[in-house]
Amino acid sequence: MSAVISTRGLVKQYGRLRAVDGIDLDVQAGDVYGFLGANGSGKTTTVRMLLGLVLPTSGEIDLLGERMPRAGRRVLPRVGALIEGPAHYGHLSGRENLSLLDAAGRGGSWRTRRRRVDEALDQVGLGGVGRRPVKAYSLGMRQRLGLAGALLRRPELLVLDEPTNGLDPQGISEVRELLLELHRTGTTVFLSSHLLAEVEQLCSRVGVLDRGRLVLQDELATLTAPTGSTVVYTPTPDRVRGTLDGRVASIDGERVIVRGSDPAEVNALLVGAGIPVTGLALDRPTLEEVVLAAAGTSPDRVEARP
Amino acid sequence: MIVVELRKMFRRPRTWATIAVLNALPILVAVLLLLTDLAPRPGEGPPFLSAVLSNGALYPLAALAIVLPLFLPIAVAVVAGDSIAGEAQAGTLRYLLARPVGRTRLLVAKLVAVLAFVLVTVLIVALVGYVVGTTLFHAQPLGSTAVGGTSVSGTALTPQDIADRTMMAIGYVAVSMLGVAAFALFFSTLTDSPLGATMGALAVLVASSLLFTLDAASPIAPYLPTRYWLAFVDLFRDPIQWRDLTRGLALQGVYVGVLLAAAWANFTTKDVTS
Repeated sequence: MSAVISTRGLVKQYGRLRAVDGIDLDVQAGDVYGFLGANGSGKTTTVRMLLGLVLPTSGEIDLLGERMPRAGRRVLPRVGALIEGPAHYGHLSGRENLSLLDAAGRGGSWRTRRRRVDEALDQVGLGGVGRRPVKAYSLGMRQRLGLAGALLRRPELLVLDEPTNGLDPQGISEVRELLLELHRTGTTVFLSSHLLAEVEQLCSRVGVLDRGRLVLQDELATLTAPTGSTVVYTPTPDRVRGTLDGRVASIDGERVIVRGSDPAEVNALLVGAGIPVTGLALDRPTLEEVVLAAAGTSPDRVEARP
Repeated sequence: MIVVELRKMFRRPRTWATIAVLNALPILVAVLLLLTDLAPRPGEGPPFLSAVLSNGALYPLAALAIVLPLFLPIAVAVVAGDSIAGEAQAGTLRYLLARPVGRTRLLVAKLVAVLAFVLVTVLIVALVGYVVGTTLFHAQPLGSTAVGGTSVSGTALTPQDIADRTMMAIGYVAVSMLGVAAFALFFSTLTDSPLGATMGALAVLVASSLLFTLDAASPIAPYLPTRYWLAFVDLFRDPIQWRDLTRGLALQGVYVGVLLAAAWANFTTKDVTS
């Protein structure tokens, strides 16, 4: 495992506002990293600093093992990016747009350009789009085209800011499959999003940004690890309290939290007492609960890292 | 990168629409002249217009003189003002820089594209002027040894002379427009609004033209960017009066140098947040 993105004490100050306040990102090769945060929490500024668009006030950034923004010329051709929505030349076709973008910088031989453009368009499901100018594209098609631009040079690292923005449910599912497929073939994905569900379904590692600070950074599996309790669904919650007195942590409608990390044992006790059980599961915190607990609480809670 | 920028510029319908509109006014003037036969008296109206009725080969110069005060600067300011700010507004700037395209390289490519636009535009205006002038008016064919026309000073010039001096005039006008382009390009790195950059450059030109007519501003008059624009007329005096021409070239050179350095310094250290 090697660090793909690593920042130390990254700060961006706009006048009196600290948009990004000393964050230490750590993304390893092979991660699908979910970068979460409310709008205005500094996600986009961080992404722009990673890509050398915004210059940090202080702190260091290593991208694929080299120092940014100094090594941008060598590093950025190995990175594909979608930053704050797609942007294209409206009067040109999607194919022409990709071709111009590819020709604009290094790391894309003109010999293979046509083939790579076609492949990228196929990958995002725009293979048959033809010569239509981009201004006639739907929002979802533009988003796909932006993604195709990011995939053009088969990057080792994909930095994606809200990649499913504007896509319909089928499109979102397609993009998710595409990202997982790319990840299987060795691409590291850095996904910035405020959609918790999207991150929960895709990511192996999560960082949470709150008012410019990284309040949480860990494996998703660790964050949503079982709490040691069991969730029981039953139409008669009061009888559960009677049977398992002292082990019931809370009752919320038909949902009862019972201390004990073995659902089978809990089930046996309840069924033995003749209590109908309609559902049974290990209690895990949802990502939403984890994020809400980490972000937007008192400053000392915010500082604490698991 | 330069090829990419040129492709972008000349594949854009707006570029050709601008050039077409630029040519419309000289053509309209030529048609009106032909229909009415009312040329302005020598020394009045746009330079050279009085002479074209006798020699249509001078019409390229008249055409340049017609578009030079306003139309040509506007066109150049629009294109140069759009160069960086237009990409910023469309959002494509961030993708170009993340591609990555070095900021200095991008600026140089934009500059070359604007330069190409200036040259192509000036050449097309001159060419269309020549075609219009020689078809609508009486003209001496190029290369003949006959007297081609009279200089502004009243002496005779051969057609070869006229052709040479016309080429020099085209070059001089192009350099003057480069000054406009430098202002617009500099403003284009300051703002994310192409309109703002264009208007900024035009404001400078309007201010300069206005100050030029003001006696109280005479101490700074030699340093105004528009001061020597019409000096290309001096190429058609006999002998050529180089004084204003060389000053004009030097002045534009200084403006272009300083403004491009400022544009570079600003753009290479700027946070791209568009």
